[in-house]
This record gives sequence, C-alpha cells and structure tokens, in this order.
Amino acid sequence: MTRKIRSHIVQEEPLLFELSSPGKRGCQLPALDVAAVDPREALGEDNVRVEIEGFPELSEVEVVRHFTRLSTWNYAIDLGMYPLGSCTMKYNPRANEAAARIEGLAWAHPYQPEDQVQGCLEIMARLEQALAEITGMDAVSLQPAAGAHGELTGILLIRALLASRGNPRRKILIPDSAHGTNPATAAIAGYEVENIRSNDRGMIDLEAFPSLVTEDVAALMITNPNTLGVFEVNIARIAEILHSKGALLYMDGANMNALAGVTRPGDAGVDVLHLNLHKTFSTPHGGGGPGSGPVAVKKELEPFLPVPRLKPVDGQWRWDYDRPQSIGRVRAFYGNFGVLVRALAYIMACGAEGLRAATVDAVLNANYVRKALEPYYDLPHKEPSMHECVFSDRRQARHGVRTMDIAKRLIDYGFHPYTVAFPLIVPGAMMIEPTESESLRELDLFIEAMIAIAREAEENPELVRTAPHSTRTSRVDEVTAARKPVLRWRPEG
Amino acid sequence: MRFLPKSDAERRRMLEALGLESLEQLFAQIPPELRLEEPLPLGPGLSEFEVLEFLQACGRRNVVGRPCFLGAGAYFHYRPAVIEALASRGEFLTAYTPYQAEISQGLLTAIFEFQTLICQLTGMDVANASMYDGSTAMAEAAFMARRITGREHVVVAASVHPEYREVLRTYARNQAIRIREAPYDPETGRVDTGRLAALLDADTAALVVQSPNFFGVIEPLPLAAEAAHSAGALLIHVFTEAVALALLKPCEQADIVAGELQSFALPPSYGGPYAGVIATRERFVRQLPGRLVGQTTDTRGQRAFCLTLATREQHIRREKATSNICTNQALVALMATIFMALYGKQGLRELAEQNLAKAHYVAGRLERRFSGPFFNEFVARCGGRPPEQINRDLAARGIIGGLPLGRFYPELADAMLLCATETSRREDMDRLIEVFGAGEQP
Amino acid sequence: MYPAEFKYTREHEWVKVEGDVGVIGITFHAQRALGDIVFVELPKLGTQAVQGKTIGTVESVKAVSDIYSPVSGEVIEINEALNEAPELLNRDPHGAAWLAKIRLSAPEELEKLLDAEQYQALVAEES
Repeated sequence: MTRKIRSHIVQEEPLLFELSSPGKRGCQLPALDVAAVDPREALGEDNVRVEIEGFPELSEVEVVRHFTRLSTWNYAIDLGMYPLGSCTMKYNPRANEAAARIEGLAWAHPYQPEDQVQGCLEIMARLEQALAEITGMDAVSLQPAAGAHGELTGILLIRALLASRGNPRRKILIPDSAHGTNPATAAIAGYEVENIRSNDRGMIDLEAFPSLVTEDVAALMITNPNTLGVFEVNIARIAEILHSKGALLYMDGANMNALAGVTRPGDAGVDVLHLNLHKTFSTPHGGGGPGSGPVAVKKELEPFLPVPRLKPVDGQWRWDYDRPQSIGRVRAFYGNFGVLVRALAYIMACGAEGLRAATVDAVLNANYVRKALEPYYDLPHKEPSMHECVFSDRRQARHGVRTMDIAKRLIDYGFHPYTVAFPLIVPGAMMIEPTESESLRELDLFIEAMIAIAREAEENPELVRTAPHSTRTSRVDEVTAARKPVLRWRPEG
Repeated sequence: MRFLPKSDAERRRMLEALGLESLEQLFAQIPPELRLEEPLPLGPGLSEFEVLEFLQACGRRNVVGRPCFLGAGAYFHYRPAVIEALASRGEFLTAYTPYQAEISQGLLTAIFEFQTLICQLTGMDVANASMYDGSTAMAEAAFMARRITGREHVVVAASVHPEYREVLRTYARNQAIRIREAPYDPETGRVDTGRLAALLDADTAALVVQSPNFFGVIEPLPLAAEAAHSAGALLIHVFTEAVALALLKPCEQADIVAGELQSFALPPSYGGPYAGVIATRERFVRQLPGRLVGQTTDTRGQRAFCLTLATREQHIRREKATSNICTNQALVALMATIFMALYGKQGLRELAEQNLAKAHYVAGRLERRFSGPFFNEFVARCGGRPPEQINRDLAARGIIGGLPLGRFYPELADAMLLCATETSRREDMDRLIEVFGAGEQP
Repeated sequence: MYPAEFKYTREHEWVKVEGDVGVIGITFHAQRALGDIVFVELPKLGTQAVQGKTIGTVESVKAVSDIYSPVSGEVIEINEALNEAPELLNRDPHGAAWLAKIRLSAPEELEKLLDAEQYQALVAEES
C-alpha cells in the first residue's frame, strides 16, 4: 500500500527475569588485589542482605540479544519521519554522540578543582555565550536539567526579582493553548494560575489583555510560536503592557527551532526564557530523557540565577558561589554537561548560517505539509504557520474516525503519529511538526499516507478505527492497565 | 548544511507549491522590526573534523584518566562496553517518550524491567526513573510526603549530601515548607537519633535520611523510621551510591526511597546527565511523580506494556499535577537496566564487596574521622595539613585526591572525603596512603 | 433515563434524599462523557461536604474530573466497592455506583438543584 514499508520477521523475547537461570553472569570483575572484607563484620549483621531476591542471572550474549531484540520493537527518528508536534523530533547528529563520549570530558568529576577541568568550563562558557546570542538575552544558566526544570527556574527568578522590589505578586497568566508544564510549574513556584483565552486567531487578545494585567500579576508565560504554530505578532506590545504594570514576560522556548537565526525573543522584550536543548539543538530524546533546559535572562534577573556561576579569574574559569541574591541550586552539580557538549557541537557545526537554514527548512516543511493536506483535513486556524501546523479531525469524525485513529493508522504506513489531541483548544487536534530533517521524498510519502487515510476514513472507517494492523503489538488495553496497575514483574504462582 | 536533506532545486519546487517566490516570505508574519538583519555572531559552520578536534582539545585541557578518589555523589565505576553498544542503538537513542505503545514496546519493556529491578533492590513495590537526578528526586519525594500526610514540614539529616539539601531548600522556598536539619553525631558520623524526637512533630511530613550518607557512613535506618513513624511522619531513604544497595539490607520500614543511578550506568560526565529514581509503597503510587509503565494486553490478547496512571501528570492535571516533570530519564534507565542485567545477582554482589574491600583497605591505613560503619567512602583526617595541600601533593604525583569538606562543613575543615571503588588499584591506593603519611614525617 | 426522585447539579452529580441523608453520585451523562472510568477518589468519612465544592475526583485513562458535592453535610458512608471496581460507575451510575452518603446540614439547598426534567434539558443542550 505504500513505498515505505514491507513486513519482516520480528524476534520474540521474554523478560530478563523469565530468561534468567542461576549461576550465570555477563560481567567479570578484575581479581581483588586487597584483602576481602566480610560485609557482616564491616557493616554489622543487621545491615547486610542475604541476596537480591529475584534479580536476573544472564550471560553477556543473552543480554546483548535481549536488548537488541527489544530495540527492534521501537520506532525512532533514525527509521523515519517523527512528526510529533511540539516535540521537535529532528535528526540527532552522531558526531554529537562522539563528542559527549570524549574521554577527557566524560570522565571529568564534578568535584575536581577548577584548574583541572578548564576544558569543561570553556565548553560551558562558550555555550552560555552562544545561547545568549541566539536568544538575544544577557545571561544564561545551564543548570536546569530539562524544559520543565528550566520553567521552574525561570519562574523562581521572576519571583525573586519581584520580591526584591517588595512584592512577589500572586498570579501567573497562562494562555489556554499552553503546554501542561506551564501551569504545573507556576503552581510549584507558589503562584496561582489564571488561564487566559486565545482569540479566534489563536493568539492573545490584545484588546482584552491590558485589563487582565492587574497589580497581582507577576508574569505572563507565553509560548512563541504558540502551540498552534502561530507567531504571536503582538509579542513586543504584550511585553510593553506587562512592563508598564511591573510584570514580566516569560517565554517558553520549546518552539525556538522556529526562530533561531531569524528573530530573537530578547529583542521583542522577553525577560526570561528556557530552551530545550533536546529540541532546537538536536540532542537526542533518548525515549524521554535526559534533556537539558537552560534559562536565559535579561540583565536585571542575572543576580538571581542559580548558584554557582561561571566567572573569569586571571584568565581561568572559576565557579562563583558568592551570589547572595541567587535563588539557590535547582540540582546537584552544574547541569547536564554531556548534553551541553552535544548542543555546542551542533551549534558549531551549524554556525550562524546553518542555524538559520535549519529554521527556514523547518518552516518550509510545515507549510508544505499544511498546503498539501488542507484539501483533506480541517484546518481550524488559518493564520500563517511557522514550524508546525494543527489540523482537526472534524471531517473524519463524521465517519466515526477520530484523531487517535488516524494517528494509529499512520503507523501502518510506516510513520510515527503526529501529536494527538493537543493543543486542547482545538478539538480533535492533529499537530504536525515535520522539522527540517525530512527530505522531500519522506515528506511526500507522509502526505501520500495522510491522503490515503482520509480516503479510508470515508470508505472503510473500521479499518482506520482498529489500526494499527501491521505492528507486532496491536492497540493496547490502557483501561485495564490503569484500573489494575501491574507495575513490576512477579514470578508466577 | 550537512544535516539538511534538501537541494536548492527541491526547495524551489516546494516554494512553487506554496505559491511563494522566496524563503524569506515564509516569515512575513514576523514584524519586520523583529527580524534579524545581520547573521548571528556565531561564525561559519564547521566540519565534523573541526568540531571534534576542538572538543578533544577541551578534553585534553582537563585532568582526567588518572587514579581518582573522589565520590560524593558521582562515582567512578567500570562501564561494560555492552552498555554503550546497546544504548547507542538509534531505536533507543532517537525515540521519544513512548506514548504510542504499539511502536514503543522495546523501550516500554525495558522500563518495566527497570521498575522491577529497582523494586527488587530497594524492597519497594513501585519505582520509576523520571527524575533528573538524585537531588531533584529527593525534593520531589519530600513534596510527595507532604501530599500523602497533609503535613507541611520536613526534617532532613545534616549528613545528607549538602547540594541535595540546597536543592530541597530552593524547591521548598515558595511552598511554605519549613526545613529543619537533624545534626549528625560527631563521633559516629550518623544522624543523631537521640535528637530526632525533639525535631519531629505533628507538622512533620517526612524525615529524610541518606544511607550510605554523605560521609559514607551507614545510617541506622530502622531507628530513623521508628522516630519518623512515631511522629506520624514518613521516612524517605536517600542514596547517592546505588552499588551499596546490592549489599545493604533494604529498610523495610522506609516509605519512599529516592536516589541517584549514575553509579549503574554513566561516567561522571562533570555532573550530568544522571538519573533520579523514586520507589515507594503501592498505596502511595498515585502520589508518585513522573512516568510509569504498566503491563496489559493488546487486542489480540498478547502481553503488552504502556504508560499508565497518567492522570497524575502535568499534561492532564496541569496546575493540580503531582509535579511539573515531563522528563522520563529513559535512556539512563535503559543503561542502568543493561548494567544490572549484565552484573546480575552474583556479579552485583561481588562488585559491591570489591568496593567495600578497597575502601576498607585505604581507610585502615589512614585516620578516620568517624567511627560508623561505611561502604566505599569515608572521611579521613588530614593530620593538621590543609586538605587542599594534600590534594596538590597528590596531583603532583598524578593522583586526583578527595573532597575537602570545609566548604560544606566548616567543623570538618581538616578532613576530606575519600572514595575507593573496584576501579581503584592497590598501587595507587598505596601512593595515596604514602602522601597522607608524608605529612607526619618531621 | 434520569430518575424523577433525584435532584441534579449543572456539573452532573445527583442526590437522592432518604430522610435526613443524601445519597450522591455522578450521572449517566457524566460517566459517558468521561469514558471508561479507571479510578475514583472518594471523600474521607467525616468530611464536611459543602454544596458546590469538590469532594473527590473521577478519572478515565486520559482525563480527571472533579466531583462537586450537590449538598452540604457530613460524609457518613462511602461506597468502598468503587475502590475495587471503578467500572461500576460506567455500568450503574444511578444505582450500585453511588459515591457517598451525606447527612444533610442544610436541606433547603436542595431547592437550588435541578429536577430530572431540567437536567434532561441541560444534557440535551450540551450534547
């Protein structure tokens, strides 16, 4: 049915515990070159366990086959287009992996004296500077470990700045199109959340906005481009309104891949933003993590950044812990250094022109897909798209086919689904973000698949509703999984 | 640009399809005054050779690859080659969070195995690896205890990793959580259990104790649990050195276990990425933050796995979520699963016993500051010499020394924390001991 | 469909008055909108419920919905069967899947609620 897939044999594989048999091991230790110590004597009888009950026992080759077989049950960017809107599944250059594994970097210990780790500090300093340039901000902290962690850091910074001016205020405004992490973050930072409605163009309503910015409002958390893939054209005006009332503008930089090299949030009046290095800067998602979520700020927020900060002293980099206004640490040590190395490698490989070219291609791809699919799927918001476009399942729903069904059917055509049912402001949302990493051939195959599914939805809706049909595992029973959770393996009987 | 798979001719074809004449028109909606006119000052794009050459030079500027006796939350353990080979597979490395179960069974299965292995190690019923690192896992565990008990305050042992305590303070600052520290016994290096009762009260959600603690000392967890429970609070057991779990009896009375998995999977990597784990009792599962994988069946009745109990999470519950966490530290959890599978029941035990033996070899030849039982780390007295001076003497002999403690504990300014693992060779330990001893000669 | 002896809220809860006690639950429409219910968080015994305020939640796989108490008073009994079998809420929302019994502290509040006919009209309007 398509030029993209053909079925082949899949290996079955039990769980580690089911494979295990006593007496095996997959790893040999060097001979002990000191006297053995009896754990019961050293630690006390009561402190020592007899064994790790149930722990598996396997040989090396069995372990290798086990995980190799498991890997073949996964879809991945390396296999094809992964158009998950908002998630920015772009190609992860392998040179970045090689970079993070350079022995002199990977085996540096976080508590080595600074004079022994100047190479690490140089990398971090360069990355801070590059990110400040790309975003148009004044200072960057690389400490936050992921996007939501960066958000928390950013909101704590805003709180600290406002508190230093006498009143941290009570509320954070969040548009109804926002990622779920935004309201969750504001709540953890001790703020009330006030959801504000998008206008019919999917943007912040400039008419209504000024009256929402009361003396209680600490900040607006905005995503730009927003989750509809639409650039907030009034962002500079929004910043002015907030600033005139003593409030700040926080930007969720999850969609920075639509802006890098083209426009800078800092120039539009943004006070704080976080970046997801695992989105815009191509570090691998790894099935959900590790990521990295640096925070970039304007000068007035710099004194509050997490401790410690890099500081040049006599031609060397040092950690500065003497930061009396800092919000404190948000994690142990200094950040996800291995991810930072990958991001710097990517920025160096791209250079200024490459970063811009990637942005341009990402926007070109999204618009190309949008244009090709508009005759077949409902496009509720007609504003120009940046890096992603959001359709709805309205037309297919008439045949009982919903966004989740279309997503599952895409799997049969050899693609990962788009983002399903988000943003919440679009009922039956189908959020497509191709990224710059897709060739014209892959885009055309995707478009072909989507058009074929639109036809199937009319002619044979049941085929779509019960998809996928070609995978090793068919649709799973999520209801039973949630009603009677089985969260670990146990021996039978 | 080598990462962009299109020719200019293809771009022109696409523009034609869009009815556009130039790529610039794609950005027409951005107000002109916000559009960059000059290229960013980042320089030209470099070849792979040039990028790696630069980063390798950075690596060479670091002092790495020598014997190192640092621990304190980041440990040198050997990483079997299999881990890198398997975890580098694109099917794992370049996948997203496994929302689409039908094409994510590989990762979902591995995470289910991971959850089981951590339960077996900790004696808990449920576990996940959704936290960024041990420090944030500890802070999230404290929040979790607050939700469970409906109480506001936390007592944390002063023998918990100082940076973990700092993170807890940052997280707690705007939550009206009061944090009190329970002092350590200056003799044993353990939390002073005699003083716990006075610190724990009807407002206390949890007592947080690390074992082995920051000084490497094994804490009396059952006593701590008794103190916490008699005040109606939970006991949170924190660990930074996962290898110790292979040897130490899990504390049956603990309510939440929160810790760091770096030891099982990752090089120290100058502090990250690592992975935080939280394990707990079944009855608390709905208060657990982060992703969980559950077993179920597919429509053909075959065993299958999927993300479950998602209603706890931010993408559904928004401002009422258990946490704002979105991460699932899946790749690290996968590496840890491979590590645990390779070593297995006997291998992991032997690994732990080697760590114990090496650290006791060194400690037996130096003066220990604390008398409590220890695993692979201990605090050594520096005999009147500044610890920084000893480290410089060690560096001159090609050894990376320990962590001077004065920065975190002014009263321990004359001491340093040393760690020995299975990677510490006897001849290097002997050189370390010699340098320590050298100061005592006239 | 909607029993005439019940009173209803605009948030899709019902109450059946038995003497000075109100038995409460969620409506057929509410459970259908949620889909397969996987978890119910019931109020604790002794909780003082307040009309219109949250006393618990119901969850499907991908949604959480607050339960707003239709009446005020002390929670004197809860339906423990729902802990083991939340699917009862899909099967028998107006009967076996009652949520809690509340000793009415302000019976006059009942007048603010909808009767079956009004509720039916609300459901028709919403769907």
